[in-house]
Amino acid sequence: MNNSLKIIKYTFYDTLRSWWAILYFMFFLLVTGGLLYFSAGFTHSVASILNIILFIVPLVSIVFGIMYYYNSREFALLLMAQPLRRRQLFLGQYLGLAGSLSLSFLAGIGLVFLLFGSMEAIGLLLMLMFAGTVLSFIFTAVALWVGVQYEDRTKGFGIAILIWLFALVIYDGLFLAFLFVFEEYPLEKAATGFSILNPVDLARIMVMLRLESAALLGFTGAVFNKFFGTVSGIAVSGFAMLLWVFLPLQSFLRKAGNKDF
Amino acid sequence: MIRIENVEKSFRKLPVLKGVEVEMEKGKIYAFLGPNGSGKTTLLKSILGLVKPDKGAIYIAGQDIQKNWEYRRRIGYMPQIAHFPENLNVEELFRMIRDIREMKGDNEELVKYFQLEKHLKSPLKTLSGGMKQKVNAILALMFDPEILIFDEPSTGLDPVSHLKLKQLILRERDRGKTILITTHILSEVGELADEIIFLLDGKIFFQGTTEELLASQEEKNLERAIAKITDREEFEKLAKREQHTSAVSRLFHWVA
Repeated sequence: MNNSLKIIKYTFYDTLRSWWAILYFMFFLLVTGGLLYFSAGFTHSVASILNIILFIVPLVSIVFGIMYYYNSREFALLLMAQPLRRRQLFLGQYLGLAGSLSLSFLAGIGLVFLLFGSMEAIGLLLMLMFAGTVLSFIFTAVALWVGVQYEDRTKGFGIAILIWLFALVIYDGLFLAFLFVFEEYPLEKAATGFSILNPVDLARIMVMLRLESAALLGFTGAVFNKFFGTVSGIAVSGFAMLLWVFLPLQSFLRKAGNKDF
Repeated sequence: MIRIENVEKSFRKLPVLKGVEVEMEKGKIYAFLGPNGSGKTTLLKSILGLVKPDKGAIYIAGQDIQKNWEYRRRIGYMPQIAHFPENLNVEELFRMIRDIREMKGDNEELVKYFQLEKHLKSPLKTLSGGMKQKVNAILALMFDPEILIFDEPSTGLDPVSHLKLKQLILRERDRGKTILITTHILSEVGELADEIIFLLDGKIFFQGTTEELLASQEEKNLERAIAKITDREEFEKLAKREQHTSAVSRLFHWVA
């Protein structure tokens, strides 16, 4: 078996048994379950579920990721002293970690759907699952990248939380300010570009456009639909999402590979 | 077995190793001594490939270790602090390292020796510090590697386990292993070390037997010899005070 796979296996065992993973699973089970139970149907509560996913998944991934990095530093030392390439070790840790976070999330939402869902909602459900999984992989990579940059835990934590806050709140604020300042100009292309640069926005748009209420988005919706609805739009946004996984992961692996521990 | 040639290493422009040259052979125990910050840990970490030297080369069994990872199959490492994945149990941890090393590894005898049989199924987070340290020692020893590196092996061990570990280290030496130890417990050096490697300010200040070290400093006691090397000025102050107290006590003795 490949060495990365071995590390994935044990990281997976370890994190999936942790308190966090269980709590995370329970959270999605109860919250999405509650929302579905008290509303008319899956499609009606998708917007609420989406907002919860966009808020919670990046937060938990980034906090759990950075905690895991700092807590496993000493053990990583022991592993690095084994006949193993560093790249294999750290890639394995990343995949195990992001994998178990995604699994808790998917199991929570999936179970709710099996209980309350209907067949017509399956497309939306898959979209939500996809968005949540990709966000888990992105923010876990960001967390590890921050961890390897800063030896100091407190600093690392602070920066990780700031990044989360930026992606979720500050970015949108700046985006709005930008639209407001340049409202005289045609902004369709710039707006589309801005949305691609932030993975949280990208995930939001990808799901929103599949809702019936997308029609209510008016002009913006039309513009986005014109771009994100086309094959090339889907390809570009998919590629942008993958790039968001790849870039922090690659810089994490590179830095961890050359670092003195 | 291990040859270190002119190794230099700086951290953020602060030189830690300034041209270290050492050779270590099979069947000997080497104790690394030196004041805090003298570069002991950095040197051991360079051998393990955890720290990458700026200059110089390290050869293990004739093989340059730079950009090489397979040589670590020859090394068993026991770090100072045992920190394991919390939710795995002891058995799973052994299996994990066995999978990674792709070697069978015999831990049964060692588990018995350190009386850990009852704890094999316990999650690692429930083990005490001393227990974890025993697990740590077993991980280093179970693959029967040619080189063993112990970083402060006595940390957290109770006296009985400490004694057992020391006996094990001596046994491994007699089986022809190259053993590297850092320690602050000087009695351990006396009991175990065939050679002392004394690092001072990023360089090897002394390499030789305990007797040679004592002779070089004209001292009878290892503690004093080391204090003398590390900080001559402070040592002389201490020695003067000591003479003074012994003179005073002699005076009292005489008066009485």
